[in-house]
Amino acid sequence: MTWARIVLWRLAFAVPLLLAVTFGMFALAKASPFDPVRQYLGERAMVTGPEVMAEIRANWGLDRPLLEQYTTWLGNLLTGELGDSRSMRLPVAQVIGERLGWTLLVVGCALVVMLAAGLTLGTLAAWRRDSWLDRLVTGTAFTNEAAPVFWTGLLAIWVFSVTLGWLPAGGLTDAAATTVTLPDLARHMVLPVLVLAFSQSSWLLLFVRESVIGVLREDFVTGARARGLRERTVLLRHALRSALLPFITIMGARVPELVTGAILVESVFSWPGVAETTIKAALAVDFPLLAALTLLATLAVVAGNLLADLAYTVADPRVRVLGVS
Amino acid sequence: MTLERSSRRPRRAGVRRAGVRRPGRHRLALVTVVVLVLAVVLVPLLARLDQQLVDLRSAGLPPSLAHPFGTDEVGRDVLLRSIYGLRVSLLVGLAAAVVSVVVGGLVGLAAGAAGGPLDRLLMRVVDGFNALPHLLFGVFIVALFAPSATAVVVSVAVTHWTTAARIVRSEVLSLRGRPFVDAAVSGGSGRLRIVVRHFLPNLAPHLLLATVLMIPHAIWHETALSFLGLGMPPHLASLGNMINDGQRSLLVGDWWSSLFPGLLILVPTLAVSSLAQHVRDRANPRWRSELNL
Repeated sequence: MTWARIVLWRLAFAVPLLLAVTFGMFALAKASPFDPVRQYLGERAMVTGPEVMAEIRANWGLDRPLLEQYTTWLGNLLTGELGDSRSMRLPVAQVIGERLGWTLLVVGCALVVMLAAGLTLGTLAAWRRDSWLDRLVTGTAFTNEAAPVFWTGLLAIWVFSVTLGWLPAGGLTDAAATTVTLPDLARHMVLPVLVLAFSQSSWLLLFVRESVIGVLREDFVTGARARGLRERTVLLRHALRSALLPFITIMGARVPELVTGAILVESVFSWPGVAETTIKAALAVDFPLLAALTLLATLAVVAGNLLADLAYTVADPRVRVLGVS
Repeated sequence: MTLERSSRRPRRAGVRRAGVRRPGRHRLALVTVVVLVLAVVLVPLLARLDQQLVDLRSAGLPPSLAHPFGTDEVGRDVLLRSIYGLRVSLLVGLAAAVVSVVVGGLVGLAAGAAGGPLDRLLMRVVDGFNALPHLLFGVFIVALFAPSATAVVVSVAVTHWTTAARIVRSEVLSLRGRPFVDAAVSGGSGRLRIVVRHFLPNLAPHLLLATVLMIPHAIWHETALSFLGLGMPPHLASLGNMINDGQRSLLVGDWWSSLFPGLLILVPTLAVSSLAQHVRDRANPRWRSELNL
């Protein structure tokens, strides 16, 4: 019952949001001084007659009013037709289909590493508050928060690829390779995954630390200690468990940052995923591809929030009983 | 009420103790910010070299006394260019921060002062904007409107006004309940007068802090966009462009042309957030910004 209500509540917000975002994209494209027909023709634009250009424009539907273009696009979208990428001369669905998996692979692995590292270090730092470990961990996290991820990525390339020669500097496979083999892929994945995880873990670590410190002061923790429970049990079963509740919601709300991180990390490491393609599409002003990818990212954000809400009902029985606000 | 107070007290004491232990921290941050701002303002007067000067004989030199940050692949001094880059980034960041705080402030003021359906509508819009991946929308806007400083400023402002809007709205809501506002209303003041004479003076410190905190974040956006080739025009020395250029040199081992411009993003960001932390703790421990740097 509660689940259905949460999903409905989120949809009531998500549908207008997605409509507004997509319409905003069309309005921006309309207001832009950029002419896709000239770009498509390139140098031929000089020798092409205005009537031919008008014909291309009509073929692409660019001469219609904004609202009509938008509703056409929306209608096509609902039937699964995303149009063709102008820069890659391929269907948008195919471009995304080929690359989405690589992005999900890197982001998924980075999430696992980030959760493991952030939770462990954050809890340890909170438990041994003001120790040298705590200072080292929080100091690194604060510095890392201020460092741009593309710069951290470049430094990692310099250290691990250029100086030490341990790992490849970028790409999916070695340049000479014709097929993707697992060991090769794994070697190429290490740096992007670690850099993305490192850049995203600092807020998590600081959050977990703050949260655990707060909980360690609560009466039930004192009670658990007074009952003679082992420190590890107190820390992990009692303190960490209740400290993690708000974290679920925040995790869902962090999807936009994850998208940002993926864009920058994929660009630094020339990883052939959707995030890097977004930048290629932007540099080529490939509107159909860019619009589809932006929509995809917004969908990811909406899905993240929804998942966080649903996970919250599983983790906290009070929400199930009292319902959502 | 009493319970809540007693649980809060040790924490504030903890903050004070930390402050006593590290007395120089915010002063160091202040000195850093002042030195960097002075360097950025005075660099055209002090520099002996032209920042665009190409000198192929001294290309790719590692850091030395003559070139403390080394030289890039066409022999330009990295220190000088970094400071010019910081100048560009700081100007863009300042403009973006001011625009987003002004826009956000107006929206927050309208929402907080009007209340009712308008407030609800505006806050849903804020939620909507917050749900967007900021950099991606920046990329979208800049891509459609040719890379330029204006496009960068607009793209940052469009995605970041919401922070100021939230801060101002919640502050206005708390101001509305204060006795001096009641007194002004009973004295016959109109809406406009209350906003101008009573709300704005009380909002000013928050707006200022929000602007200062926004600057490093805006610089981050500018550098990220420039790094991706979607920000400032490529010939201009901006920190993002420099890191982007340095990428090639890095692959052959010349680390300095990327490392130092990056440090000039990192150091001011750290200094500003440390200063803001200090101001926040001193001025009002209760008030916490939404901006996480």
